[in-house]
Amino acid sequence: MTVLDHRPTAPVPSWLPDATGPRSDPAPLLPDTSPVRVLGTPELAKYDPELLRDLYRRLVVGRRYNQQATTLTKQGRLAVYPSSTGQEACEVAAATVLGADDWLFPSYRDTLAVVGRGVDPLAALTLLRGSAHTGYDPRITRTAPLCTPLATQAPHAVGLAHAARLRGEPVVALAMLGDGGTSEGDFHEALNFAAVLNAPVVFLVQNNGYAISVPLTKQSAAPSLAHKAVGYGMPGRLVDGNDAVAVHAVLAEAVDRARAGGGPTLVEALTYRLEAHTNADDATRYRVPDEVEAWRAHDPLVLMERHLREAGLLDDEAVARAAEEAEALAATMRAQFHAEPQFDPLSLFQHVYAEPTPQLREQAAQLAAELAAEQMDGQTAGQTDGQTGAGA
Amino acid sequence: MATEQGTRTSSMAQALNAALRDAMRADSAVHLLGEDVGALGGVFRITDGLAAEFGADRCLDTPLAEAGILGTAIGMAMYGLRPVVEMQFDAFAYPAMEQLVSHVAKMRNRTAGGLGLPITVRVPYGGGIGGVEHHSDSSEAYYTATPGLHVVTPATVADAYGLLRASIASDDPVIFLEPKRLYWSKDEVDLSAPTEPIGRAVLRRTGRSAVLITYGPSLPVCLEAAKAAEAEGWDLAVLDLRSLVPFDDATVCEVVRSVGRAVVVHEASGFGGVGAEIAARVTERCFHHLAAPVLRVTGFDIPYPPPMLEHHYLPGVDRILDAVAKLQWED
Repeated sequence: MTVLDHRPTAPVPSWLPDATGPRSDPAPLLPDTSPVRVLGTPELAKYDPELLRDLYRRLVVGRRYNQQATTLTKQGRLAVYPSSTGQEACEVAAATVLGADDWLFPSYRDTLAVVGRGVDPLAALTLLRGSAHTGYDPRITRTAPLCTPLATQAPHAVGLAHAARLRGEPVVALAMLGDGGTSEGDFHEALNFAAVLNAPVVFLVQNNGYAISVPLTKQSAAPSLAHKAVGYGMPGRLVDGNDAVAVHAVLAEAVDRARAGGGPTLVEALTYRLEAHTNADDATRYRVPDEVEAWRAHDPLVLMERHLREAGLLDDEAVARAAEEAEALAATMRAQFHAEPQFDPLSLFQHVYAEPTPQLREQAAQLAAELAAEQMDGQTAGQTDGQTGAGA
Repeated sequence: MATEQGTRTSSMAQALNAALRDAMRADSAVHLLGEDVGALGGVFRITDGLAAEFGADRCLDTPLAEAGILGTAIGMAMYGLRPVVEMQFDAFAYPAMEQLVSHVAKMRNRTAGGLGLPITVRVPYGGGIGGVEHHSDSSEAYYTATPGLHVVTPATVADAYGLLRASIASDDPVIFLEPKRLYWSKDEVDLSAPTEPIGRAVLRRTGRSAVLITYGPSLPVCLEAAKAAEAEGWDLAVLDLRSLVPFDDATVCEVVRSVGRAVVVHEASGFGGVGAEIAARVTERCFHHLAAPVLRVTGFDIPYPPPMLEHHYLPGVDRILDAVAKLQWED
């Protein structure tokens, strides 16, 4: 008999809603440790062929978008591009699983999901081009700005979903994060708030193996990132992040659950970024070619095409049509980026406050005067040239 | 004008509570959130009774996580609500700085006007109440250095009500700094009477010898110093800024030009503080009207001291009068 055995029974804490057990049943919260897969399983037959072909088409177009954007960085037309090549299944699923009234909260890598929401491809890239912070009005497609600080958009998703629920509107928010983002405090605060508020929000973690160069083993000691949900009292789900059908299915279930009042879900999609973190990164310094090649064999496009063809759901014509659409998009992007962006320098002062402060009005006047002086200098220079020409 | 019926004795805490209640009654989009704002009514009781009147959804006790509180408020504001966030103490707001600086301050700008965030962040600030460490910071310079935020701080009971109502009604985010040592200061006031709007400084006392430029918790100290200065034959004006952003250059310069000598008084550390900005602005705009350099009377450049030592830190009447004496008195 130990000392502990003599410990008196603790009184039941009055603040526990149900003293007979934990506040939520841990069993349905615990992740199934094998990721959900649909492609290559009999499950595939359960899905609408139109949905499957649409996902395929979006994957192909998305891959081309990634390639074209990367090329634009090499041409100096984009300042930086964090490619989601290899992760298109997650991007496509995030965009297609939400309804028009739902909200998407993307990270900086999720341009493709933003485009999937209906945002113009050029507008989705203004942040990365450097011509504006956000090139689209978030209210129109219900898509928040691309978020560069890690995980800070997650509490926004919670707050928006909470507000919608308070208003009785069936809106779901989907926050997209990377594996590195799960180490940030805002990620944990967002999960905790979401669970406590029972907010209709879904967290999609795209675990692509590396936070820039730091591998997952140095990022988290948890059995999986999906396990992190358990401590907050929400379900954690693991999915093959390169299986577009599986990601779509798992996210759709989480979205439905949230919309029905079931609360938040954390989804971890196991995927891989085939390119470097951005064009400015050298991925050969921290990962070996064999690893990359192994993942290339598990490419989301390759998987999708192979399994849909095997199931007789995809023919050469559909493949050619998707390729055509992808090339048309790439051509549009090239044309758009060929044109120099137009700026109004005075717009710098327009959207700091609803009404500019007296100080900003003064500074705007200063810039306007500088611009006028520059223009006058230009005209004077032009006139001088003209006179010289006339005299010669 | 205040009516007899409307005039009654109110503390600053009561005025803030009334402002929140009236704002919530006037607009169902106004939601409060923070740690302890519900059943407890806040550790300073500023939200007393609001959960009972408006329900737990509109006066929401949140988990204890400031970034989470402010980040959630951002999402709520994006969906059309007007969140009022309580940060329990000045130094407890720091975990939320990233949300504040990277998102609250910038969302309107990042989205080219698409998503303005009408959030009011209430921050009880400053010392003088015997608080142990992390309970007495004057954090205004962090906020004023962040474009996109309005920074407002009342010093009177009437302004506590008027400026808080105006802050909640503002379409821009407002850092509402509540001088916690004035929470229990009382005044005979008609709270419903209009006050000057955000962005205007108010001359609390006229004078011809020098002007004390101040705000928040230092206003009563300056008024006391002005009273004491009478014995020395000095006639001091006292200007209450009320709003640090936007800054009322026009009124400040008008007063400084007419008086010719100025001392800026605040209890935050001086280096890189709001006083430095004011001294620079006044010098740039009023140099030829100045008979002496603009002086600052501020807290020392040290972490806020333990409560038994704070009286050595806080700018008091004597330190203000010393500065006034240093203004090279000749006339």
